[in-house]
Amino acid sequence: MRRSRLLHVPFWVTIVFLYAPIAVVVAMSFNSGKSAYTYEGFSLKWYGVLAHDQRVLDGLLNTLIVAAGSTVIATVLGTLLAVGLARHTRSRALDAIALMPAVLPDLVLAIGLLLFYGLIQLTLGLYSVVLAHGVFAMAFVAAVVRTRLANTDTSLEEASRDLGAGPVTTFLKVTLPQLAPGILAGAMLAFTLSLDEFVIAFFTIGNLQQTLPIVIYSMIRFGVTPEINALGAILLLVSFTAVIAGQRMTKIGEARAQD
Amino acid sequence: MSPARTRPATALRVRRRLGAFVFLSPGLAYLVVLLLVPLALVLSYVFFQRGRFGGVVYEYTTENFSRLMDPLYLRVLGESLQIAALTTVIALALGYPTAYLIARLPRTWKTVALVAIVLPFWTNFIIRMYAWIILLNGPGLINSALKSLGLGPFELLYNKGAIVVGLVYSYLPLMVLPLYAAIEKLDPQLREASANLGASGFTTFRKVTLPLTVPGVLTGCLFVFVPSFGNFVIPEMLGGGKSVMVGNLIRTEFLQARDWPFGSALALALVAVLVVLLLAQAWVARRA
Repeated sequence: MRRSRLLHVPFWVTIVFLYAPIAVVVAMSFNSGKSAYTYEGFSLKWYGVLAHDQRVLDGLLNTLIVAAGSTVIATVLGTLLAVGLARHTRSRALDAIALMPAVLPDLVLAIGLLLFYGLIQLTLGLYSVVLAHGVFAMAFVAAVVRTRLANTDTSLEEASRDLGAGPVTTFLKVTLPQLAPGILAGAMLAFTLSLDEFVIAFFTIGNLQQTLPIVIYSMIRFGVTPEINALGAILLLVSFTAVIAGQRMTKIGEARAQD
Repeated sequence: MSPARTRPATALRVRRRLGAFVFLSPGLAYLVVLLLVPLALVLSYVFFQRGRFGGVVYEYTTENFSRLMDPLYLRVLGESLQIAALTTVIALALGYPTAYLIARLPRTWKTVALVAIVLPFWTNFIIRMYAWIILLNGPGLINSALKSLGLGPFELLYNKGAIVVGLVYSYLPLMVLPLYAAIEKLDPQLREASANLGASGFTTFRKVTLPLTVPGVLTGCLFVFVPSFGNFVIPEMLGGGKSVMVGNLIRTEFLQARDWPFGSALALALVAVLVVLLLAQAWVARRA
């Protein structure tokens, strides 16, 4: 009994370590004063300031555009790639290439793309970030869909072919619906990763536009104000809700799969 | 007989090839253009001279490699290794007992605890680092708390310690998850057998649990070390640019000094270190 109590200590240290900074960000967002360090009283005014900050709103819109665009690319190409790798080839080299963007340091991919865009003289902007985010997001979609593929039975596809359905019909009516939960999970992962991505966007966006993480980064360099806390609190709320909703969805999905 | 099987074998083979092509080519084409070509560029720019305003002059040189051997840059590489190693050790020390406890919780609590560990990981990275600036800064909360105790103020921000704290904070979940997976998988009967044979709790841990979870330990360490070693955002935000890591150098060479070939050489050094580690990990994992 005493020994297992002792084990609780590092666990709670970890939890406090993980959540204390988050709690501070949220608490200071309700500060009526100008400082992010000294609490003067309760106020929602920084949320008002935030709602009228055009730079933040533009950044948010840009981030959503980038995340949506790269998620579409990553989901379509990543799903096809996963099916192709699982069913149409045994090449381990292709496997490695498909997984590479997920393990490569983001900084290396970022400078590689910067060199490439420089070479083909592409003017940097949102679309260069969309293309860049598509690269690593695709690797994650492909990995998630492949796990799903590994757990699905090929006999349904064979039955469909034996009953005279062509490969296209079989793919659309049998394979795809079976993979749907995996594709959805992969797409959500791609979207979330893109929303938060900083390094690659920082290198490939050029000087004219900013995504939200870049906006926050430059706000912090300019000085810390409770406005950043308010923005942080909102982002925390959004991502916490998304993760918990995602968790519930996978649970429901698993329960259905077991029926 | 099914219609597909009555077709001649060659038609079937063509069809299969076509299937492979349809599924594989779009994704692979994308990866060739936007992953392999850019990486090949990084690799080849190392051998060229810098252009005056960024870009390159296509004249062969090995100067970028010899510059890497400059003690100044070797020291930065060494310091990056040191910071990443320290981060990994702390994350392991904190992560192993945490994962161990979670693995032994009842099923519902397991999920809750795992979500609690992973949740901060899904929130905005820059905001999480901002939180540490508020906590550690001169007029920040930790110093205010210490002041009320009659201590400080201490210089907590903009040093190596702050970088390590930020890195551990960012990548701790990546340590806990593989450890949890490895510990979870262990057969509890092994521990029982060890206890029945008279081994103390610590001996059981040292001789049974730990050796069997080595692959999980290695994966966790790699997951923490890799993003720590190549990081430039955390050293910049929490290190105040005083302690420079190899990521900061790369960033400066590309975006400020505009020396793309030398920046590429640094990136190559970064990748080389990581490849060596990956190979070492695979080698140890195979023997374990």
